[in-house]
Amino acid sequence: MSAEVVIASGGLDCHLMSGCGFPAPGAEIFQFDAVLTFSIGSLDVNITKVSLVIMLMAVVVMAFFTYAFRKPKLVPRGSQNVGELGYVFIRDGIARETMGKDGDKFVPFLFTLFFFIWMLNFAGIVPFLQIPATSTFAIPVAFAIIVYLTWVPLGIYRQGFVGFFKAMMFPPGVPKAMYVLLAPLEFLSNILVRPATHAIRLFANMFAGHLLIATFSIAAFYLISASVVGILGSAASFVVAIALTAFEALIQGLQAYIFTLLTAVYISGALRAEH
Amino acid sequence: MTNIFAAVFAATEGEEMPSVLAVPIDELIIGLIAFFVVFGVLAKLALPAIKKMLDERSDTIEGGILRAEEAQAQAATVLEEYKEQLASAREEASAIRTQAQADRTAIIEEARNEARTAAATVTANAEAQIAAERAQATASLTRQVGELAVGLAGKVVGTSLSEDARVRQTVEDFIADLEQQAAR
Repeated sequence: MSAEVVIASGGLDCHLMSGCGFPAPGAEIFQFDAVLTFSIGSLDVNITKVSLVIMLMAVVVMAFFTYAFRKPKLVPRGSQNVGELGYVFIRDGIARETMGKDGDKFVPFLFTLFFFIWMLNFAGIVPFLQIPATSTFAIPVAFAIIVYLTWVPLGIYRQGFVGFFKAMMFPPGVPKAMYVLLAPLEFLSNILVRPATHAIRLFANMFAGHLLIATFSIAAFYLISASVVGILGSAASFVVAIALTAFEALIQGLQAYIFTLLTAVYISGALRAEH
Repeated sequence: MTNIFAAVFAATEGEEMPSVLAVPIDELIIGLIAFFVVFGVLAKLALPAIKKMLDERSDTIEGGILRAEEAQAQAATVLEEYKEQLASAREEASAIRTQAQADRTAIIEEARNEARTAAATVTANAEAQIAAERAQATASLTRQVGELAVGLAGKVVGTSLSEDARVRQTVEDFIADLEQQAAR
């Protein structure tokens, strides 16, 4: 149990039957004090645990793949094998699947998105880190902004300004009268809602997962007491917390995949209009 | 139960909590910078090498398959050629055998004919010789019979008839008559 959870759980003495209510974790478990604060111009920069996790995972991702692909051999071995599996997964499973051969150009971008997000998610179940950096809303927002600023200009560049919005707002094969309804809806859903849901989907999943694990971990700690209900409840909570951790391991990869796949779909739609 | 709710309310009301959906500008910037650093390093340093290697590998594999196909086609052509050669050789052998059979028959026939001719010649010669000898024997017998008959007749008559031309004529006529009878 990390220090934050102990503090959030109301102190080491807070147990069932000790007159202490269940300290249900809330948004406060996602708030960290700054370990370092400095100013660049008028901008105050707070380096928190989340910032440190991001830096660490950035280094891990860069170091692993730079090492794995340092001298690639025709017959792969060890880390190259693992790295290659990842590369081929992104290239064939995401890029080519959505864009065909055009997708090869976007493999580095999609590759970075997938593995960086996956590792930021993964930090949620790494002992001592124990916070998915993507459960801080600013991080998914940053990625969603990057993706948004990739596919919108790309679509305008490829299809022309009018062509891009025409293809988006006036999909073919619809009765003309329907466009009155459809055009504003399509505009809203693509230009405004899409980047928001893109960021919120990732954020909400990681936020909820972390909250669940924290809740059951605190429950396991809180229920320790000299009573049958307390012991059984504590044991059950502990088992559930472990099971949820395993489940989270799956969700972390899945959400990174969904985020990357959606990015590829958006880029694919920008490359050529099709409905 | 009251305790629990009290604790929850205390937690939510106690401190001024920023919304979970707040986006502090410094965190956003840290996220953006981190992404671009990772992207830059991977796109420039790590991924080009593996991309190049994967392309090379697929080239090698495709090249290998192409070469194998070529070799296979070549093998098939050679096999076809061998089969053709074998078939023509068989044909040739069979033609030679047929020819030999025909030759043998011809040779036997020729030899047989030759033998037959030779035999016929030998027979004809023998027959001719026999005929000649018989003719000679007949001639000599005829003459001796004539002489004996004249001798006998001379002894019967008591005078020599041999010098008499008339007697001679008679004997010769008689013998000719005999010969005619024999021939008939």
